[in-house]
Amino acid sequence: MSDTQQREAHWKKTRTLMIIHLSIWLFFAFIVHTFANSLNSISFIGFPLGFYMAAQGSEFAFVIQLFIFVKQQDKIDREFGMAEADDA
Amino acid sequence: MSFFKPKGDFIENLPRIYGLYTGGFLLFVLLMAVLEQMGVGADTIGILFVGFTIVIYATIGWLSRTMQVDAYYVAGRQVPPVFNGMATAADWMSGASFVAMAGGIYMGGHAYLAFVVGWTGGYVLVAVLMAPYLRKFGCYTVPDFIGTRYGGNTARLLAVLVLVVASFTYVTAQINATGTIASRALQIPFEVGVWFGLLGILLCSMLGGMRAVTWTQVAQYIVLIIAYLIPVFWMSTKQGFGFIPQFAYGEAVARIGELETLHQVGALKPAADVSSAFPGLKALVTPHAAAGDGMAAWKFVSLAACMMLGTASLPHILMRYFTTKSVRAARNSVAWSLFFIFLLYFTAPALATFTKLQILDPNLATSIIGKSVESVMALEWIQKWAAVGMIAVKDANADGLLQINEFFMRADIVVLATPEIAGLPYVISGLVAAGGMAAAMSTADGLLLAIANALSHDLYYKIIDPKAETKKRLIVARVLLIIIGALGAIVASMKLTGILGAVAWAFCFAMSGLFFPLVLGVWWKRANRQGAIAGMAIGFISGSLYLYMVKAGGMEPWIGLDHLRFGIIGAGASLIAMVVVTLMTPAPDAETQAMVDEVRVPKGDTIIASH
Repeated sequence: MSDTQQREAHWKKTRTLMIIHLSIWLFFAFIVHTFANSLNSISFIGFPLGFYMAAQGSEFAFVIQLFIFVKQQDKIDREFGMAEADDA
Repeated sequence: MSFFKPKGDFIENLPRIYGLYTGGFLLFVLLMAVLEQMGVGADTIGILFVGFTIVIYATIGWLSRTMQVDAYYVAGRQVPPVFNGMATAADWMSGASFVAMAGGIYMGGHAYLAFVVGWTGGYVLVAVLMAPYLRKFGCYTVPDFIGTRYGGNTARLLAVLVLVVASFTYVTAQINATGTIASRALQIPFEVGVWFGLLGILLCSMLGGMRAVTWTQVAQYIVLIIAYLIPVFWMSTKQGFGFIPQFAYGEAVARIGELETLHQVGALKPAADVSSAFPGLKALVTPHAAAGDGMAAWKFVSLAACMMLGTASLPHILMRYFTTKSVRAARNSVAWSLFFIFLLYFTAPALATFTKLQILDPNLATSIIGKSVESVMALEWIQKWAAVGMIAVKDANADGLLQINEFFMRADIVVLATPEIAGLPYVISGLVAAGGMAAAMSTADGLLLAIANALSHDLYYKIIDPKAETKKRLIVARVLLIIIGALGAIVASMKLTGILGAVAWAFCFAMSGLFFPLVLGVWWKRANRQGAIAGMAIGFISGSLYLYMVKAGGMEPWIGLDHLRFGIIGAGASLIAMVVVTLMTPAPDAETQAMVDEVRVPKGDTIIASH
């Protein structure tokens, strides 16, 4: 592959990864909280689930999601030879 | 001795230096506890806590002094991801997060958790859409990115304008918070406390710019997180919820539900003439865990959305990711930032829950609701906070017992008063005051530097005098820092808004003007100068106009978008204006398009060469 093709393929994968992570974000940031009322009738480790998601659940998801994202994006960068040198 | 001089050594030694520092701080806390046992007064301990920590920060600021442009603007681009994460967390968690968040949850229950969700979720946007690309760009400031990507002084100037308005709104709230805490801990008038706080803030930032701010923010993070967690661990152990209560307070939430029925929370409301006698104070009328009906879900997600897009547009946060060594490190450090922020944010709801339980549960010795008004009035913490007008008790139905609608409190004081409510020793109150001070100072540092750097780099160096020498540029940067700090202190001493109102506005201003021009600058190659100018100008103007109409013009908010949520209107207008104007005007030239291609790959030189 030429450098231009490499770059295009790299960006395509990067964009897909972006869409995946923003969808997960959309779910935990907005969708679960829209249903907080119904979720509250479910009990999760002693909490009403709607309250739990707002107080802890979504935040947990964001933290875990970001550490995974960092790994995935780095893998994509390396796959197409777009990563920086390791000592950088 | 000179930890801060040799470059490589200093970075390698960071874990050791901050390890020693943490140990030293814990020893200091122990020493204060011993002094308290020996009979040293509460006032002296408060003064020692706040005074000692400020001296430490100022020392770090002095040791980090520099006359190099790279060190002043971007800390030499060598901050390791974990440490940049801590610095960002301190930069991020303001007086509002530390002091007001748990209190807000105490009073507002589930609805208020929108702030917690918004202030963490925003980092997903920062990591995925912004930080790595801005780092690759190699800019010194956020307007530097806008100015170079879109070209021309108009775009740069508009970005500076939005940055200044958003950050200045925010910084006055922070200087206000340092003034409040300093005045209480050091027992000086609020107006003096504001200037004292500013002095501390300038000592941390003036001599060393971003380098000094980075290393003081790491130190401030350590103090603030210790100060936030210790009281919660202590209370939880005392109440039998285990040592790490964040996972185990479900029972406490359930118990509060029972107590709300018992005390008729929400059913018993204070009469209008009673509550209006105590401006700024509130009785508890909102159930803790209930999500509410009707508009409640929309209000929750719209507030969270404003806080998230605002997070990803606030220059003082974005510029922290300019300081890492590489693009990979920048991305990594966003994840660490969120982790360190998470430690405090998932504790705040636990703190609010425990404090509420202390006050409501008749089985606990600390409870006051349902007790006789006479015995409550005799409590030391009630007297102390009532004396300064932060708490009020009024036996409205004259039955001699304290009902839920007869106890009024300012939400802001929950964190500061909790150690006293729970009967913890005074050393904990001193520690919490030092933590609140660290939180407010570290955010104020970052904001002042963001404003002064944008004015000195983008306005002075890039537009007014591009031939200025390094020395002159750095002197201008420092003079601006002092002027803006002084303006902030003057505005803060006028006490115009409460801490939280001003903070939410800063997010909305930032997202109205900057979010889409920043994101589309990377993700839409077709975006051009005309579009970006329209996006910034129209977004910012429509957001501000909407705020004015809702707040002062007496306009009925559209679909529940009140003055805390005006960013939705601003950012929406910004997106439409930017897309429409871009498509109506020619695509950017080949050089600009090549620049965007280059931003998208981590390897290779930065776009803006070192200058």
